[in-house]
Amino acid sequence: MTYSKKVLDHYENPRNVGSFSSSESNIGSGLVGAPACGDVMKLQIKVDDNEIIKDACFKTYGCGSAIASSSLVTEWIIGKSLLEAENIKNTNIAEELDLPPVKIHCSILAEDAIKAAITDYRNKNKS
Amino acid sequence: MKFPIYLDYAATTPVEHQVMDKMIQFLTLDGTFGNPASRSHQFGWKAEEAVDIARNQIAELINADFREIIFTSGATESNNLAIKGVADFYKRKGNHIITSKTEHKAVLDPCKYLENKGFYVTYLTPLKNGIIDLEELKANICQNTILISIMHVNNETGVIQDINSISKICTHHGILFHVDATQSIGKLHINLKDTKIDLMSFSAHKIYGPKGIGGLYVRRKPRVRLSSQIHGGGHERGIRSGTLPVHQIVGMGMAYHLAKNNIESDYKYLTDLRNYLWNGLKNIEEIYLNSNLKNGAPHILNVSFNYVEGESLIMALKNIAISSGSACTSASLEASYVLRALGIKDELAHSSIRFSIGRFTTKSEIDYTIKIVHIAVNRLRNLSPLWDMFKCGIDLDTVKWTHNSF
Repeated sequence: MTYSKKVLDHYENPRNVGSFSSSESNIGSGLVGAPACGDVMKLQIKVDDNEIIKDACFKTYGCGSAIASSSLVTEWIIGKSLLEAENIKNTNIAEELDLPPVKIHCSILAEDAIKAAITDYRNKNKS
Repeated sequence: MKFPIYLDYAATTPVEHQVMDKMIQFLTLDGTFGNPASRSHQFGWKAEEAVDIARNQIAELINADFREIIFTSGATESNNLAIKGVADFYKRKGNHIITSKTEHKAVLDPCKYLENKGFYVTYLTPLKNGIIDLEELKANICQNTILISIMHVNNETGVIQDINSISKICTHHGILFHVDATQSIGKLHINLKDTKIDLMSFSAHKIYGPKGIGGLYVRRKPRVRLSSQIHGGGHERGIRSGTLPVHQIVGMGMAYHLAKNNIESDYKYLTDLRNYLWNGLKNIEEIYLNSNLKNGAPHILNVSFNYVEGESLIMALKNIAISSGSACTSASLEASYVLRALGIKDELAHSSIRFSIGRFTTKSEIDYTIKIVHIAVNRLRNLSPLWDMFKCGIDLDTVKWTHNSF
């Protein structure tokens, strides 16, 4: 598989790897994918009172472009509002990383991970 | 040490210098460049003589008669010729073929092709250790069975099939037996006088010969008939037309001659090195051996690193040339069908790596490999949410996963 320099860079130097305590109310966690399919992404966001994502982290089991896609979106969503983060499309991710066509599903997974983390945060903070 | 380290000898091997020296004598004006089919002058006679010598060298390695060797472009073509050629010739006798789910695509795809032509194919599921269940094989034989095609050594796991016993079953039932010996030829002893195999496919490039040349053994006594798949000038006794590539044939002959001389020392060297590699890796937590050290070819070690995805591991091991399965399927995103047929869970099949070693592999290359596999597996597990869950004692089978539809 020939990957772009950006994929290789994120793969070699993944940004924001780690975990937050998911029991905190200001944390949203998204876990998407399935081991049997070869990709699982865990994306977490730390949200402030103004619904701004102050921090994000990820852990990914998957190929190089799955790791790169999740690493990239953590960079993108830090500092964004939940609404802005929700509007990130997989096509933005695929374009930025110049993903090969067979790897487009990795960008879809990353988009799903953002949405899942935001949904989790909102479910926790319904009042 | 030269980087990257080549550990993909099951995909292909470099050509031995003696093989190359031989080949270049058969290309240019000052060499033996003639067409062996030219019977009217000495350029042709010399080329024919060189082909005869090579054919004998190949026959000697497997204890066959030189007239039983048909040259093809490689084992894929040999498999196609054997399976389609038998099906076409013997279709009045029957339309049932037995093979296994763990065969190479060069066997499975011709079988699928024949299914569209009205043939019935039984795909046997091997036992968990990768070996064909002989009782199941026997149970599937019927009056219409004309061919059983089973590989000798599996290209992904290295598991060796009991071709002697299968041969006896075939003889007993009067069924033709085809063996894909691509991964075993020159590595394990094959004696076709002792074992009744009717058709056997092999190639040159897995055993230090050139790519693009292979052969099909076609038994003479009792005679096996085939419908040719390529028609033309009636070369190779009418079974496979096409001008013989003399330089490749003499290269193959030399490679097989060297294999015959080195078979014992190669076997010992590769077995020791493969065991050394496994001993260096086996203490990694959650590592699974997909090969069989006791009943496996000496050059293949297939392992799964749980909670690490295979392609990302291959990327991490960029100084080592390895693969997750056969070269022919390395572009596919699917987990190995061979490992899945053995009942290995999808996630472990996704985490598999095939290390395959050869005559030129050194101990220091294996030492380096062991070292960086440890580092890479650790690094990727630190990135893996599955590893965290495993460490927290979560049973991943109980997690409700969101399946990606792609």
